[in-house]
Amino acid sequence: MSRPEGMRSSRRSLQVKFVSDEDVLKHISDDAGTKVRKEKAQLSVSVKRFVKKLENISDNEAQEILEEKNYVASLGICAQDPVGNGSNISGGEVYSFQTPKRSNKMAELASELAQTPEQNVAPDHSKCPEKMAKTPQNSSNFMWAEIVWKCHLKKKEFVSTTPYRLRKRLAAPDPYLESESEYSTSCSEEEDEEEQKEVSTVMSDQKTPAKAKTTSAPPPRNSLAKKKKEQKMSNLVEEYFEAHSSSKVLTSDRTLQKFRKRRLNQQTLHDLLKNAPLAYAAEIRDLNRQHESLFSKWMLQLHLGFNIVLYGLGSKRDLLEKFRTSLLQDSVHLVINGYFPSITVRSILNSITEEVLDHIGTFRSPLDQLEFITKRFKEDSSLELYVLIHNLDSQMLRGERSQQILAQLSSLPSIYLIASIDHINAPLMWDQAKLSLYNWLWYETTTFNPYVEETSYENSLLVQQSGSLALSSLIHVLHSLTLNARGIFRLLAQHQLEKKDNPSYPGLSFQDFYQQCREAFLVNSDLTLRAQLTEFRDHKLIRTKRGADGVEYLLIPVDDSTLTDFLEKEDEDV
Amino acid sequence: GCFVFKPSTKKRRFSDKTAHDFRCTNNDSEDTELRFVTCQSLWNQIKSETEQIQENLNKQLLDNLVSFLSRSHSDFQEKTTEWTCRMKFREIPTAALVLGVNVTDHDLTFRGLSDVLQDNITPYVALLEAKDCPGIKNLMQKLMGQLMNCDIDVDSLEDEDCVQVSQNRIRCSMSSLISWYDSVTKKTDSETPSKKRNSSSRHWQSPPVVVIFKDMESFTTKVLQDFIVISSQHIHELPLVLIFGIATSPMIIHRLLPHSVSSLLCIELFQSLSCKEHLSTIIDKLLLTSRFPFKLGEKVLQVLINIFLYHDFSVQNFIKGFQLCIVEHFYSQPLSVLCCHLVDMKKRVYSLSHDQCENIRRLPSFRRYVEKQESGKQIELLTNDSFLKEETEKLLEDLHVYHENYVPILRCLHVFTSSLPKYPLGKQIRELHCACLENQVWETEEYESSLQLARMLNKTDLVTMLQQCVEILMSSSVKEFDKAVEKLKEFLTQFQNLEEASQERDVSVSPQKELQKKTDLYHLQKTLLELKESRRSKKLTKFEMLRFEVVDYIDSLVRRYLVPADNRTLHEIVYFNAAAVLRGHLNAAPRTALHTALNNPHWYLKNQALKCDGGGISNKAPDICIVYKLHLECGRLINLVDWLEAFSTVVMAAEEPNADAASSDQVDDVIHARFIRAVSELELLGFIKPSKQKTDHVARLTWGGC
Repeated sequence: MSRPEGMRSSRRSLQVKFVSDEDVLKHISDDAGTKVRKEKAQLSVSVKRFVKKLENISDNEAQEILEEKNYVASLGICAQDPVGNGSNISGGEVYSFQTPKRSNKMAELASELAQTPEQNVAPDHSKCPEKMAKTPQNSSNFMWAEIVWKCHLKKKEFVSTTPYRLRKRLAAPDPYLESESEYSTSCSEEEDEEEQKEVSTVMSDQKTPAKAKTTSAPPPRNSLAKKKKEQKMSNLVEEYFEAHSSSKVLTSDRTLQKFRKRRLNQQTLHDLLKNAPLAYAAEIRDLNRQHESLFSKWMLQLHLGFNIVLYGLGSKRDLLEKFRTSLLQDSVHLVINGYFPSITVRSILNSITEEVLDHIGTFRSPLDQLEFITKRFKEDSSLELYVLIHNLDSQMLRGERSQQILAQLSSLPSIYLIASIDHINAPLMWDQAKLSLYNWLWYETTTFNPYVEETSYENSLLVQQSGSLALSSLIHVLHSLTLNARGIFRLLAQHQLEKKDNPSYPGLSFQDFYQQCREAFLVNSDLTLRAQLTEFRDHKLIRTKRGADGVEYLLIPVDDSTLTDFLEKEDEDV
Repeated sequence: GCFVFKPSTKKRRFSDKTAHDFRCTNNDSEDTELRFVTCQSLWNQIKSETEQIQENLNKQLLDNLVSFLSRSHSDFQEKTTEWTCRMKFREIPTAALVLGVNVTDHDLTFRGLSDVLQDNITPYVALLEAKDCPGIKNLMQKLMGQLMNCDIDVDSLEDEDCVQVSQNRIRCSMSSLISWYDSVTKKTDSETPSKKRNSSSRHWQSPPVVVIFKDMESFTTKVLQDFIVISSQHIHELPLVLIFGIATSPMIIHRLLPHSVSSLLCIELFQSLSCKEHLSTIIDKLLLTSRFPFKLGEKVLQVLINIFLYHDFSVQNFIKGFQLCIVEHFYSQPLSVLCCHLVDMKKRVYSLSHDQCENIRRLPSFRRYVEKQESGKQIELLTNDSFLKEETEKLLEDLHVYHENYVPILRCLHVFTSSLPKYPLGKQIRELHCACLENQVWETEEYESSLQLARMLNKTDLVTMLQQCVEILMSSSVKEFDKAVEKLKEFLTQFQNLEEASQERDVSVSPQKELQKKTDLYHLQKTLLELKESRRSKKLTKFEMLRFEVVDYIDSLVRRYLVPADNRTLHEIVYFNAAAVLRGHLNAAPRTALHTALNNPHWYLKNQALKCDGGGISNKAPDICIVYKLHLECGRLINLVDWLEAFSTVVMAAEEPNADAASSDQVDDVIHARFIRAVSELELLGFIKPSKQKTDHVARLTWGGC
């Protein structure tokens, strides 16, 4: 078939056939809405306020729904508030179920997004561009659907009510389909990859019409899924289980190595980002200025016994820092970088006792320490302390015990806590008891600032690990060991490096290792070596694994480059 | 990770630092000082009031507990060494205190309890919490620490460190505890009454040792069992009493402890007041009274009640919300300086500055009021400050009178509505209050239907309700209600008369009897038809007439006095209505805020380029938004390479729409870096995590998508 034909027919059919999911949903929810309204009219005598519910246990289910609606309505009253927290979104939008995904949907969306600039020229017709952006995809769907239709006509076994699975099974081995159309039903990874390559090259080439690339993009599953949705909502259930049952993940096999892309290390990354201009700097500044106007209110509320927690997208570090420099200069305050990977509650408590309270001495447990702090603050009413915690929800502080201690600390009347949280599940850290200890006032401070400091510690996948931390700890530990022990470790390291090209290297077997150590006059018996190895193991310097034949294999769980560095350093020392 | 900053010159805090904050925050520095003082005094009043309420509510419970404790060890006093007694003493007297799920309120109860105990029964009270006692050793340590400390308090020993040392040195065991107890009691026995008796004369010779487990459910079973078994061995030497704080149900004791252990306890059950009743009392005493000038608007009250009912059942949190309301109101409303008692009001009104007068003129409710006046007065009001002040004073007095009238009538209405079937206007007075605040209650369907139902009440109910109303109105001591009271009393006497009249009428002929007399079929049919006819166009009986009259009268009272506060002039001064602010601070939704920021950055960043309707997102959006949007299209695992490529496609299209194909082959380093940043930000936010399942893949942590 020729393209123009397909295009025209697609346009025609668009009006008739294609109903977007949103419309379907809207239709359904509208229906439900009227139903509820009717019910409400009937039940208006019996129920008005949902609060009643707790007293009236004998309520029927319809009322319950109604009450829930009321609840949402009454809690959602802040929708019209001008400060504009984004809280006028229903929960269903935020917390939705998993839906089955096609493998190259991302590329599609990317291409779709890439097209938008042309539409942005005319912002008045914002509806149109959207439609335009969708048409190519739809037309391709339609074309494919037509092919299927024809195939089935030929075979004369197309039944519109055939369930999806059956149809799929029918369609998959269809020889006509394979031969007639150039699209293949299989989702093989090579194909995918090629396809995507094609897509990406085509996409970057703006001269090529958009249709060409998208026609090649969607695999058959895509349009089948579309058709299915058109037909019946009941398939949603099937879809749900399909999405959840399959343990296999359909993603392409491409890796960054094949991608001929060197990994950036932390430093170059930092430099690159520093040079890149920050988008929307003016707007972000406006946003932040808005938050800064709240500073004195925060102070007031802190003094009245509340503690303040900041949430929202964007790093709140600069904001808190500004708060600190502008208002806290004259008072004792403690800044805690929660995102710091080795922060502990212990260190927080220590800095309070040692530096704020000038106490010299150690404590048996954090609880004792907390008790001491509590006592001191209660005794001396002139003592007061502002505590700023960046990322209260960080990996190290989110534990139950740490939160408990911090909550108790914050409940002291002369300790003022102001903290920020970022993780989407951060509020789950706190139960009612902790919440009441914290006595939070929530402030939404969406800043859109990049999380520069916070993510610099995160061992990102794409950032090359420098391994400097591991190396220094290795050296540190080994320096405290005897000369013999260091020699033993050296032997093991050298052996491991020799075998570094062998990917299935299981480690050095204990017997061989013992032999080598004896030859190097490092140990004199099996037992001494074992004692030495136990020490290594305690310091997590080595790992032992039992092979299939029961032999013990020894391995240093450090990557090769670090190990090489280590040996070089050792050579320098000796 | 921790940095302490100390000011170079250690300034002592100024005495009124908080007031200072309050002041410097307001751009219009009108009467801020006064406002702050008013706010603080109001809050202190309310706080002491709530504490008083709590104390009163708990009084019954505490009295019961105290009598239980004094009973439990009366035998111990007699120091009998008989075998039977010993056998009995293997059981530890235990009070199970069912407190309800509002765990956050329990602290106050326990504090009150331990105070009462220390005053009346024994100096030896130990409060234990599960989080302090992961093992039996910690428990004993904690227990002994607390007991020995209260020993210091009682005897007010100077040599504190000696005890401190001994506490550390002593091995924490039951036997050392017993020896300590012996020594303490012996000491108090042997000492002359001159010194110590004045402080502890209330206590007995050998007071019991009370151990309170604040949150029994959270204790590990092992610790509890061990402690109970051990202490039951020593119960004849140490008069121990346990108190379990229980949040769920008493069944939990048996679930936590096996029979062999629970049989060592002699449990008595105590039930505290339910938190709902507590809340009702609080609302009754704080809101439905004209004592406090500050009022909550309908939406605000609704939010507070919702948080209570749907989130925590915590009265403490409710009061905290109330405090926040007060602070917010006085902070944000410059005219709140007039939100004070009537006595101070006059003076304050006259000392208002010109700016404040302008503020009054700007109030919407005042504008409405001005519009209703004739033109001469309008000009006066808008130009003459002193005239405005007089008028303001009058209006504020009116407002006060309105509040004074409002509450009794509300209670009267509640008497009626709370007994109707299905409670169309709510069972609790707070619901009725909300309904009345929300809009003109007599226009609602619920009110209509409740009047319908009220018109069908029987006489006895109606009479008791009227009597209740009379009592309420009498007790309110508002002069205006004298007439209403009289009217209601008149109704009551009319009902009385009616009763007598109807008794008389009962004696008179009844139609049924007449009916029986007839035997003629024709006549029977005729009379039946007549009866039917008369029933249809039945003339109302006297009682029914009266009932209608009563209901109409109540209705007229409601229409007159229960006008929603929004309609009153100057209501902005005393009513706090910013429900959205309150909800944002107390019941925030961090996830939604993130969702909005990621999906619709235009909400926050007011830039035309970001504007995009219809659920989409512009390709000029911040990096993290684009990366987020792309990741929504993926399943459980995301291939980083694909992701990066998609990202660079979008970004490059946004930056230079006419890019040539050559550059697209190799992703720009800067874009790569931006991608890395965005991805690690998503990781920090908890949307993805690194996965080892496949090379260069990350796992999604959220469901759903576009």
